[in-house]
Amino acid sequence: MPETMTPTKTKASTVKSDAPPTGRKRLVKGNEALALGALAGGCECFFGYPITPQNEIPELLSGWMPKLGRVFLQAESEVASINMLYGASACGHRAMTSSSSPGISLMMEGLSYIAGAQLPCVLINVMRGGPGLGNIAPSQSDYFQACKGGGHGDYRCIVLAPWNAQEMFEFPGSAFELADRYRMPVFVLTDAVLGSMLEPATVPDLEQLPPPPKMDKPWATTGRGNRSHKNVANSLYLVPEDLTEHNERLQAGYREALREVRYDTRYLEDAEYVVAAFGISARVGYSAVNMLRKQGLKVGLFRPITLWPFPEKALAELARKVKGILTFELNCGQMVEDVRLAVNGVCPVEFYGVAGGVLPAPEDVANVVRKMMK
Amino acid sequence: MRDEDIAVVEEMECVFSRPEALTDKAFHYCPGCTHGIVHRLVAEMIDEFKLMDRTVGVCPVGCSVLMYDYFECDMIEASHGRAPAVATAVKRTDPNRFVFTYQGDGDLASIGMAETVHAAARGDRITIFFINNGIYGMTGGQMAPTTLIGQRATTSPSGRDERLTGAPIGICELLSSLKGVAYLARVPLTSPKNLKDARKHMRKAIRAQLEDKGLGLVEFLSTCPVQWKMEPIAAMKHIDENVVKVFPPGVFVDCVGDLQK
Ligand SMILES: Cc1ncc(C[n+]2csc(CCOP(=O)(O)OP(=O)(O)O)c2C)c(N)n1
Ligand code: SF4
Repeated sequence: MPETMTPTKTKASTVKSDAPPTGRKRLVKGNEALALGALAGGCECFFGYPITPQNEIPELLSGWMPKLGRVFLQAESEVASINMLYGASACGHRAMTSSSSPGISLMMEGLSYIAGAQLPCVLINVMRGGPGLGNIAPSQSDYFQACKGGGHGDYRCIVLAPWNAQEMFEFPGSAFELADRYRMPVFVLTDAVLGSMLEPATVPDLEQLPPPPKMDKPWATTGRGNRSHKNVANSLYLVPEDLTEHNERLQAGYREALREVRYDTRYLEDAEYVVAAFGISARVGYSAVNMLRKQGLKVGLFRPITLWPFPEKALAELARKVKGILTFELNCGQMVEDVRLAVNGVCPVEFYGVAGGVLPAPEDVANVVRKMMK
Repeated sequence: MRDEDIAVVEEMECVFSRPEALTDKAFHYCPGCTHGIVHRLVAEMIDEFKLMDRTVGVCPVGCSVLMYDYFECDMIEASHGRAPAVATAVKRTDPNRFVFTYQGDGDLASIGMAETVHAAARGDRITIFFINNGIYGMTGGQMAPTTLIGQRATTSPSGRDERLTGAPIGICELLSSLKGVAYLARVPLTSPKNLKDARKHMRKAIRAQLEDKGLGLVEFLSTCPVQWKMEPIAAMKHIDENVVKVFPPGVFVDCVGDLQK
């Protein structure tokens, strides 16, 4: 794991800033950073059900949120949690849940309803090994679920993948911004290592947190008040032409969200080979890249930050300049499908991955790159 | 119309009209179905308590799935069975709201049982209107958890067999042990007198929320003449003669009390 990081060359996003810069640098655990980031990002209510390895998030929020006059509720299940998110979001509140893989699976029906009703909300998935009960070790096996649906129907979620504690703090706030801007659900997709790792990050103290922003959501079902018409949160369109039109409306929104694509690159100027990885694998991959650079090998890193929208244009351009791309993931090959689609045969794309909770060492990744270079 | 007729109309007193909380859209329910009656009762209550501006209703999946078209208040269409969870969040994020759910027996007592029990256990300040017609109306007459023993449904073609599928679930009996419930009553919708009782129960189930006492629920013994394959009047008789024996009407929990006159 790299001890220090070179400044991120992050592609400019339309999100103004990830989080207020106030705070002090201290050691913070990934899950704690997520919880703090949610509060700094204006999370007004949290609903969730315990599951390892993300329990610090609800545990911390259960103490903090009531003190800040915000709503925390431990739900009876993930099914209830996501439907609570639906209700709170329909009423215009910034609502969040956090869970880990099996719990996220249980939320898929509700997520589809939220997407269908065009409601913003934030879900954190601290991924663990699957399928089934799997284990509680780190994994990236829910890439498909987050990026390609999971629930029924043609919907999309924006998916943000942090790779260090600083981003774990910043991304929940970005997620709320994006969710509100496009009225769609946003995932922060992370894993058991990043969730439990202690790292230095600049984070505010609880007392420094700004109150949630006051936002005008004219569509919200707040109760009519003085409004001249009623509001309805709904995803039912019985007439086929109406549902077609609704789907087209959703797709138009998703096309707009494509502009939010974000990625991070290292040593690409002269790179001949590139490791493409997200989240924790990008950390391991970056260490491998640094090792190879020390040996004079021209290797770089490409790290998608938004997994949806996927940085396909940037990858397509990169493919024209390099001799090969190694996609490294903690799964059996999921993001690699998007990499191959983007690269479209222009350069070789290989895959290295392990599922089940084993975290390869930088040396393992470096070896695969060396083999590729032969 | 002639001028003198208009004059007569103007002199007349309006004694019955559509509650303000209902839109003018015609209900789509089958003849003899009691969903329409309960819609009207709910709307009357919203008017009576002057709650329109702060009401958020949560609709179920079932025959009443389109009820958001019939009500003037803000509405949320929940997924099948999850209305209590949705309502919990709507209420907790702003306790000043009046929040009700309207749910069938498949919705509330089968797929949504966990959400129902836990909202009740937590004492969430929501009001649940529970339409128990003992069958799945919308999907074509399948067996519900409330289907009577021996009753035919499309998935119990020779009548519900207790050994195979258990006995009907009494929601009021089940929930009455939970401390979070402040008002709980069951009423058949079979006569004007019973409708009067229904209004009384609804007032208290609403006051349970408005007076911050706990969850309120009214179970309406309802008809589904189409899936029961009965004439509307026979369906009403069936409730009075058979359904009430399995689901006895009455007040199960009352922590609300009477208003002082
Ligand atoms: C997750 C899910 N499962 C199943 C259904 C299909 N479904 C729609 S309504 C319904 C049951 C309706 O019965 P009830 O709740 O008693 O209401 P009624 O139609 O009798 O008023 C079912 C099973 C669904 N919409 N969603
Ligand atoms: S099917 Fe039954 S519950 Fe549904 S509208 Fe018709 S009578 Fe009413």
